Amino acid sequence: MSYTNRTVKAWRRENGRVGVRNHVVILPVDDISNAACEAVANNIKGTMAIPHAYGRLQFGADLDLHFRTMIGTGSNPNVAAVVVIGIEPGWTKIIADGIRETGKPVAEFSIEQNGDIKTIADASWKAKEFVHWATELQKEDCPLTDLWVSTKCGESDTTTGLSSCPTVGNMYDKLIPEGLYGVFGETSEITGAEHICRNRAANDEAGEKFMAIFKEYSENVIFAHQTDDLSDSQPTKGNILGGLTTIEEKALGNLEKIGRECTYIDALQAAESPEKGAGLYFMDTSSAAAECVVLMAAAGYVIHTFPTGQGNVVGNPIVPVIKISGNPRTLRTMGEHIDVDVTGVLTREQTIDDAGDALIDMIERTANGRNTAAEALGHREFSMTKLYRSA
Amino acid sequence: MSKPHLLAHDAKDNVGVVVVEGLTAGTEMLCVVTHDNTDFTLTTNHDIPIGHKVALTDLAEGETIIKYGEDIGKMVAAAAKGDHVHTHNMKTKRW
Repeated sequence: MSYTNRTVKAWRRENGRVGVRNHVVILPVDDISNAACEAVANNIKGTMAIPHAYGRLQFGADLDLHFRTMIGTGSNPNVAAVVVIGIEPGWTKIIADGIRETGKPVAEFSIEQNGDIKTIADASWKAKEFVHWATELQKEDCPLTDLWVSTKCGESDTTTGLSSCPTVGNMYDKLIPEGLYGVFGETSEITGAEHICRNRAANDEAGEKFMAIFKEYSENVIFAHQTDDLSDSQPTKGNILGGLTTIEEKALGNLEKIGRECTYIDALQAAESPEKGAGLYFMDTSSAAAECVVLMAAAGYVIHTFPTGQGNVVGNPIVPVIKISGNPRTLRTMGEHIDVDVTGVLTREQTIDDAGDALIDMIERTANGRNTAAEALGHREFSMTKLYRSA
Repeated sequence: MSKPHLLAHDAKDNVGVVVVEGLTAGTEMLCVVTHDNTDFTLTTNHDIPIGHKVALTDLAEGETIIKYGEDIGKMVAAAAKGDHVHTHNMKTKRW
């Protein structure tokens, strides 16, 4: 079956990328500009502030990641236009100029020598202008496979490896050969299956790049900070409650998300945009749900597919997060969080092939405008990854 | 086919996963291997929560546990066929 002739109604942006949401974002450069951004978003309906905890006195690779995350968030095709507000003009300009490269409208404001009140007034006028402009942009027919779709699972249990993760894998097996961009990550949760992940690289260069990232993580994060046997942290308490016993068991279930056929063509740094064309990518990310989704959104992915076993509730401000679960207890006790029910896989009433098609349908509906459970429930977790303490 | 109580990924696996809620000791379980859709029956010796593992054969202390057809750790205490397998009798080999 071919998926290339399937289309969605979405926004084609200035740089040719396809967005499925049309946000006007008020983006703080740093933590102390959150208040001004939130005030602008309160003044001008139809805008969204994305407050966060960082952006001051960062340096080196950690500052690079901060800029990459901020610029990437503003550049995401789900964002129509951006108002950037920072305490001082220097870093504010770096972020605003980075977003401008996409060709979308960007305006920047800094608070020093203006104060919050004048900055909020000036930025509100600009935000209002952006809302009028963005709300007149028309959706057009775009190929389904022009979407960039990311994945990361959370609150895994043994049912994720049996049902929801292979559902995502089946979707990638069908859509990646037709031109979809995909990405998986969670460096820590590949522990125990790193040899299998290495072998899923499309070429030696990508495989060696993955192994270098994995080794660096093991040495500098795990062994550098390990105080005990990690059996109580990986798997997590939630994983253990769900029946997962070892990190190897968890990792094998996790890797079911990349399907049977797909190979990854490059290993990306956190929030780095893929540059080797359509296909599957690995990204070096934390396994914490909100951090991982934020990094993948900053790399340009516009829809996230999220398998869960015990029931993770995460969302993202700019990217719709589609939840998939096959655990009947989770559907029974917290079904309001689940978009795609694949419990039929466990009862053998639904094949993985059918489940994959159901997920593709939900991706299509989400792109066409259906709000996900996380969007309807107001989940907008924006947690940035920080590499080390600030100066 | 009626609904299975337990699923195993691969014919080589020596543990399977309970996929129904409220499974009680003594239940004759319908078990399915998802890879080839073959089935068999097994009686569980314990009340086992959904998502938790059951020994498909007698497992000795030190024995390697296979799931997805892959090594996922070892037994740190023996378990009989039909017993609950989890953190009380199984552990990673890594740490």
